[in-house]
Amino acid sequence: MRILQKRTLQRALGTAVLAVSMMGQAWAADGKLIATAGLTQVEGSGGGGIVPWATISGYDSRDQISAGATVTRVDVSDFRLSMLGASLSLYDKVELSIAQQRFEIKGAGVDIKQNIVGLKYRLYGDVVYDTWPQVSVGLQHKKLEDGDVAGAVGAKNNSSGTDFYVAATKVHLGAIAGYNAVWNLTARATKANEMGILGFGGVENNDYQVMLEASAGILFSRHLAVGLEYRQKPDNLGLGEDDWMDYFISYIPSKDFNLTLAWAKLGTIAGAPGQDGLYLSLNGQLW
Amino acid sequence: MALLAGCASTDKSLYDELGGQATVAKIVDNFIHEIEYDQVMFAYFAESDIDRFRSKLNEHLCFLADGPCAYTGDTMAQVHAGMNISEGDFNHGVDLFIAAMDKANVPHPLQNRLLAKMVPTRQDIIYL
Ligand code: HEM
Repeated sequence: MRILQKRTLQRALGTAVLAVSMMGQAWAADGKLIATAGLTQVEGSGGGGIVPWATISGYDSRDQISAGATVTRVDVSDFRLSMLGASLSLYDKVELSIAQQRFEIKGAGVDIKQNIVGLKYRLYGDVVYDTWPQVSVGLQHKKLEDGDVAGAVGAKNNSSGTDFYVAATKVHLGAIAGYNAVWNLTARATKANEMGILGFGGVENNDYQVMLEASAGILFSRHLAVGLEYRQKPDNLGLGEDDWMDYFISYIPSKDFNLTLAWAKLGTIAGAPGQDGLYLSLNGQLW
Repeated sequence: MALLAGCASTDKSLYDELGGQATVAKIVDNFIHEIEYDQVMFAYFAESDIDRFRSKLNEHLCFLADGPCAYTGDTMAQVHAGMNISEGDFNHGVDLFIAAMDKANVPHPLQNRLLAKMVPTRQDIIYL
């Protein structure tokens, strides 16, 4: 048995190896199963593509921290959204995120900037290992830097707003013919119009409303996930703001990097109907 | 209904679908090999009787996969008590176990079904 011969050598290397490897463990967070850390959604929180999930965005387990960065672009008929985000995950418990969104009205030379600070706290559970879903609460504080368009379309507040959400997420090992399945359900209290790009509140409604958001997916291997998402949205401005949905495919070659391609169906935005298009997101774990 | 039942699974046990004793033994050997070359895991096993570990893990997996074996080892809590295995190290162990199944050519859906039987034991293994 090779292990027995190796043992003397290993003992000689002794605690030094152990100490170094323990440090490695603490920093290069890899304490979750591949593809179970999820992605980063369009407002910078760990999630799917458009829905924040209960998962904490990095591969940190409860003794680890991790940090990640994301770029996302959604290109629909009349608009283009770019998002740059970064997040810090602490002990698979707390997620801090910052994101900048730039919303471009194609051909009009209008560029609306919004900054978002996110905070998420895991209340209960482990998305893979517990019988019950993992449950987290979170908030997204949004600061609209360019509020002119929001003001023009009748937003009551064109400078800032905060969304609050509770999310439940679960991975079921081998659930569908042996393939792993994941689902998420989120309830979000919000006043935001088109995520805040068109301000907060409006002539039709100026109160917080609870919106439901959901995702479901299947992992065809440890590196490939396919699924869909739905996000209910308010219509505070009376412009026919639609619910969003997307169909996504994610490629997760390693714990350091993933790539998501989706078909986004965003419906009517600012009165312009039929806003469908491609969603592309790159997400990397820095440590 | 008949179609659905036929699709969900035959009356074969997971153990049989895996390929029985031959495959399980291969997984266990591969797993021990993975542990040997892994500093984090090896540290836990430095004092262990590997032959006992091999035979008990074979039994345990057979038992979990509804095979025709009785598990004669100690309970998961008894075995792992005092090791203070962290969540990260547990999950790392699962990564190595997956590598062991890959090298035994266990198809992805069967891997997941075996993992699904194993992971509920986690609460009896970590932080003890
Ligand atoms: C689902 C996960 C696991 C299962 C099902 C499992 C199962 C087992 C079994 C059946 C034995 C033999 C028991 C006996 O000798 O009576 C054993 C021993 C052992 N396990 Fe685990 N184990 C798991 C995870 C881990 C992890 C993550 C570690 C370390 C990080 C670990 C470390 C050990 C060690 C060191 C022994 C040998 C104990 C001794 O020398 O007496 N196990 N395990």
